Amino acid sequence: MSKNKKNIVTLTGVGKSFGAVKALQNVQLEISTGECIGLVGHNGAGKSTLMNILAGTLTPTKGEINVSQVAQDQLYNVAIAHQQGIRCVFQELSLCPNLTVTENTRVMHASLQGWGWRKKAGALIIDMLDEIFPGHGISIKALIDDLSLSQRQMVEIARAFSITDTQLRIVILDEPTSSLDAVVADQLLQHIRRFVSRGGACVLISHMLEEILSSCDRIVVMRDGTVVAEKNATDFNRDSLVAAMGSMAREYQHDANDDAASKRQGTALINCAPKLQHDEQQLRVYKGEIVGLAGLAGQGQTEMLVQLFSPQKSMAFVAGDRQSDGIFPLWSIAENITIGSMRNLLRKFLLDKNSAAALASHWQQKIAIRSPDLNHNILSLSGGNQQKALFARALASNAQTVLMDDPMRGVDIGTKQDVYDMIRAEADNGRTFLWYTTEFDELKHCDHVYVFRNGEIVADIPKTQMNEQRILQASFKASAA
Amino acid sequence: MHSISSLFHHTLAKPWIWAFIGAFAVWLATIIFTGGQGAGQMLTAALSFATFSVIVGIGQMFVISLGPGNIDLSIPANITLAGVVSMKLMDSHNEMILLGLGAALLSGLAVGIFNYTLIRLLRIPPIIATMSSSFLILSTAIAYGRGLKIKPPAALAEFTTTHIYGVPLLAICIVVLAFILGVMLHRTVFGQSILAIGQNPRAAKFAGISVEYVRFCTYLLCALLASLCGYLLAGFSGGASLNMGTEYLLASIAVVVIGGTSVAGGFSNLPGIWGAALFMFLLVTMLNTFGLSAGLRLMLTGIIIVGVIILSTRSKQPS
Repeated sequence: MSKNKKNIVTLTGVGKSFGAVKALQNVQLEISTGECIGLVGHNGAGKSTLMNILAGTLTPTKGEINVSQVAQDQLYNVAIAHQQGIRCVFQELSLCPNLTVTENTRVMHASLQGWGWRKKAGALIIDMLDEIFPGHGISIKALIDDLSLSQRQMVEIARAFSITDTQLRIVILDEPTSSLDAVVADQLLQHIRRFVSRGGACVLISHMLEEILSSCDRIVVMRDGTVVAEKNATDFNRDSLVAAMGSMAREYQHDANDDAASKRQGTALINCAPKLQHDEQQLRVYKGEIVGLAGLAGQGQTEMLVQLFSPQKSMAFVAGDRQSDGIFPLWSIAENITIGSMRNLLRKFLLDKNSAAALASHWQQKIAIRSPDLNHNILSLSGGNQQKALFARALASNAQTVLMDDPMRGVDIGTKQDVYDMIRAEADNGRTFLWYTTEFDELKHCDHVYVFRNGEIVADIPKTQMNEQRILQASFKASAA
Repeated sequence: MHSISSLFHHTLAKPWIWAFIGAFAVWLATIIFTGGQGAGQMLTAALSFATFSVIVGIGQMFVISLGPGNIDLSIPANITLAGVVSMKLMDSHNEMILLGLGAALLSGLAVGIFNYTLIRLLRIPPIIATMSSSFLILSTAIAYGRGLKIKPPAALAEFTTTHIYGVPLLAICIVVLAFILGVMLHRTVFGQSILAIGQNPRAAKFAGISVEYVRFCTYLLCALLASLCGYLLAGFSGGASLNMGTEYLLASIAVVVIGGTSVAGGFSNLPGIWGAALFMFLLVTMLNTFGLSAGLRLMLTGIIIVGVIILSTRSKQPS
């Protein structure tokens, strides 16, 4: 763009592993003065990991970070990044809820000290808030705890753009508009353009593709921990951007025994609309089907499952959030498995201990729970094995419908494959599954997929027409409307 | 030798054993002080009085096991109402004994339904709901039994005070009742549901348990046991009085905690309630026998109770 662009940061061959999981592999990224870079990609593509490395909160396992043409060593951290003028607005807000707006400003700017720091900090933050978000209505004396989510986000953003004694060169914004309404989001985007035209640099991460396309100079697309495309924003449009994010090669191949259509006959087992649905779209589930609930994380899929769940209608629930929705922490593995089948274990009025033990050990073998003794406490198991116990609880019951709330979190790949097979086998025996998942690969096991966005069903896709691009397209339709 | 020591360790690992050890130690200390005099009578008295703490303690235990925030403070008022109602109805006639029992239980049933209605429909926390309901219940008892001092039917008084070789008949009956309730806790859908809810109510809901129905039944059971206690206590002490339930507010909670039940919910300990009730009675007896001043007695009571609780929670952890 501008003739005198100066390089600020160069990342070369950066990789990051968490144990066996490779979150980033061989990433190159250059950031220069006077440009706004859009960073897009699916959940878990590595965007946030990359930005955490840039901001110094994570240390890369491989590669090199150059700031102002100087190579940084392993000791590169938040303090150094800050000195170099690199700031970050994280997705998880980083303000202290028990402090006021002024005090939170002081937390970031160590130079605001001595008599009257409160006055200086207050003036600094209120000026910045007024500049970016005119009419924000935030008092600098307010506790963060008393502010709304979007007001907190505004304070966080304004604080990141405020300048004291150190320079400010790059501001990273990770999903800044997700909690802002359209007007305020637009104010932010305008400020980003102003900041960039004055020679600053921004990295903008967002799922709102229109924002990225309209506000950024250059767009970097990530997938599976690598950069898969990098072009000027003018060379992208919505469709090509979505196409770049999803892998076209992995389109679903139809099985020979694909009998998905045949199950959609007769009367539906479940016929229900999400509470926030505006049109006539319904969630329909037929007996023996595996129905996927797709979309970005937290778009109302879990709420849909909770709304549907009713044990009287022969339903079981597999929790994704094990600790809060699934585990009974004082009980043994066996007790945790059999609690869902109590009524089958009754002999006259009393629970039969022998049948319970037999049921538990049957499922231990079937689903391969790694434990020497099922009478050990459930917390003695690893997270993945606890999850298996929860699967066993649901499958061992005689519930005809199983609701699954993104149940594969923290489960290793081998186990996943076993569980997929088990779900398919149970479905063939006439059980019905509703499966909320954020992973596209798991949707391939579904007979029918509903895509959720903002609490509504936005797409209704049969197995034969399903591909990653279509699901992404529907997930991101967001601000177009 | 080895198996004996492992049996010993196994027994020590049971959290309820400490309440019994405490009760035994206190009893031993007392009879050493008196030179063996009154050892038997003391045990008989302990069993007689502990029985009433056990009845209400079991009910409180079920409620506390439902998890944080669950407690029934209306037990004393409930005891009084059941005592007053049944005594007035029976009017010292032997043939009315069963009818009186029925009336006592009915008043307990009404109290339980009323408590749960406050908790559920008006969304009042149990501690506030049961405390305020106890004022209403007590007022009802006062209005209903104004100025009355009716003797219990002779047969009921006889039943509640009879000993068989020094063991109170009533204590035997309540041991049987406690056993049945213990089986209910560990071997029925209802009992297991209580423990599941106490550990994690959200997970219990997703495991298919009707959480609110189980809570309702539990508060009802607690109220029924308290009214049973009121009926028997009025028979035992020669009639109902308006303050007959007062000491059972603290006693019902203390025996649950000392008995090794988890205050955080999800873990109940029924045998421990017997140990704790005996311990509480014998402790007071011992301090009285020593002839200590009132201040010192209260202080020692506090210290010893804390000591037993620490021992029993320590032994729970390794297992």
